[in-house]
Amino acid sequence: MPVSALTAGVGLKAEHYAEALRCRASGMWFEVHAENYRVAGGPRRAWLEAIRREHPLSLHGVSLSLAGADPIDRIALAGLAELVRELQPALVSEHLAWSRFGGAYLPDLLPFPRTSESLATVCDNVSRAQEAIGRTIALENPSHYLSLEGHTFDEIEFLVQVARRTGCSLLLDINNVYVSAVNTGASAECYVDAFPADLVAEIHLAGHRPDATLGERLLVDSHDAPVAPAVWQLFERFVARAGSRPTLIERDAELPTFAELMRERDAAHARLNARTPMAA
Amino acid sequence: MSDLRTFQSAFASALLAPAPGAAESTYAGQPAFAVHRNTVMAGCIDALAANHPTVQRLVGEEWFRDAARIFAQASPPQDGVLARYGLGFAEFLQSFAPAAELPYLAGVADLDRCWTESHLAADAPVLRPAEVARLTPERLVRVRLEPHPAARWRSFETLPICTLWRRHREEQSLDDEVDWHGESILLARPGGSVAWLAIDAGATAFLDACAQGRNVGESLDEVAAVAPQVDMAMWLRQLVQAGAFTRIVVEGAG
Repeated sequence: MPVSALTAGVGLKAEHYAEALRCRASGMWFEVHAENYRVAGGPRRAWLEAIRREHPLSLHGVSLSLAGADPIDRIALAGLAELVRELQPALVSEHLAWSRFGGAYLPDLLPFPRTSESLATVCDNVSRAQEAIGRTIALENPSHYLSLEGHTFDEIEFLVQVARRTGCSLLLDINNVYVSAVNTGASAECYVDAFPADLVAEIHLAGHRPDATLGERLLVDSHDAPVAPAVWQLFERFVARAGSRPTLIERDAELPTFAELMRERDAAHARLNARTPMAA
Repeated sequence: MSDLRTFQSAFASALLAPAPGAAESTYAGQPAFAVHRNTVMAGCIDALAANHPTVQRLVGEEWFRDAARIFAQASPPQDGVLARYGLGFAEFLQSFAPAAELPYLAGVADLDRCWTESHLAADAPVLRPAEVARLTPERLVRVRLEPHPAARWRSFETLPICTLWRRHREEQSLDDEVDWHGESILLARPGGSVAWLAIDAGATAFLDACAQGRNVGESLDEVAAVAPQVDMAMWLRQLVQAGAFTRIVVEGAG
């Protein structure tokens, strides 16, 4: 199935395996975190192999630390390359973030000042990653919680530069846009309107929740709730301009039934189906 | 040092510090910095909990998460594959003062780790009993049996650690009396998923010898030296049946 035939998919969870395998929804696909399958063998790999024989797959990395000052982890990259070879995923993506320093992996997607120096670092790492796996990746805009000093690029400008210099595409996470806009006092509409549609290979939608201490002033990209109405509106706004793109419903905690998750997925599918894919 | 490296070094230290101290940065003092601290620590602790379910059941969630936090601050993951995180957690518990009253805890953590390693190990054919049965006794003693990549085995000299671990994994009651003596166990993937078999110290000595590259005859001699009363013919059949080996290696034929 060509990537342009993919409409809405869901993040694949072990609890939903049997139903996912049987699912026959049109345009359906599944995304997994590469790190959950970057293992030597065993039931996990066998399970994913069965899924990928039935459905297009997207490999979403969370730990390559593409904005890391430390050299990219060669063993992790070789493991990802092996997964890509075996699974032949329809999409491969990672984040504009860092998560490794001094030999430690910090399980989060961490921010950094966007400067000429960090731009060079990210471009270098994206190029190495793409060379290792033999294909381009889609780079995702992260969620922001902090106000950092020292930015000399805004985020979209920075992402466009990386895409121009490395040939990578972009993954637009609309929940991250919304969460970041609330947390840093920016306009989510302006961000979505300025995002370069021609570079977008994939869209993410997810739920968030207010911080336990700070409440609605600080939203946490928790992936543990349904997609919020404001995020649906931003999605419609982007799709109206850009056309259809493979769109993922991400859910990592407070997991609903597969049927419930599919209802959200069907809502995204219906919105995408109303649009035609971007003319390539 | 580059600006990016300086920034990330300070940021990483502030994330892993036991308390959100007064870092000399403009970000660590922002209330939102706690989101990153919480995400990182929850990621580590959740992974340790997922990888050590038996330990958590024995000590309770609160005790477990306190211990896991102290371990994670000193030994954060080194790789994004969190399913593998926790190498060294058993040794940490061994010398963790609050666990002094629980002498079996480190051994239980070790078996949880064995399960994880077995679960994630490389795929390989499982040597079947019929293949061993085809060998004459004279020939059998001259071949090597190569342990399966997913096979793990442990012997505990004085504590019933395998029984405690199995009671959780087999969802039995934890309240029944336990015989306080040493135990041994084999974990392997004879049919795709991890399974286990109670064995004895003679059988683990045999597996140790096989893993060191000894042939069957030499391995049996080693067992006879440490545990002469052990019925190794019975154990050999059971170990093969349980998926302990991947193949027969004929000496000189590689």
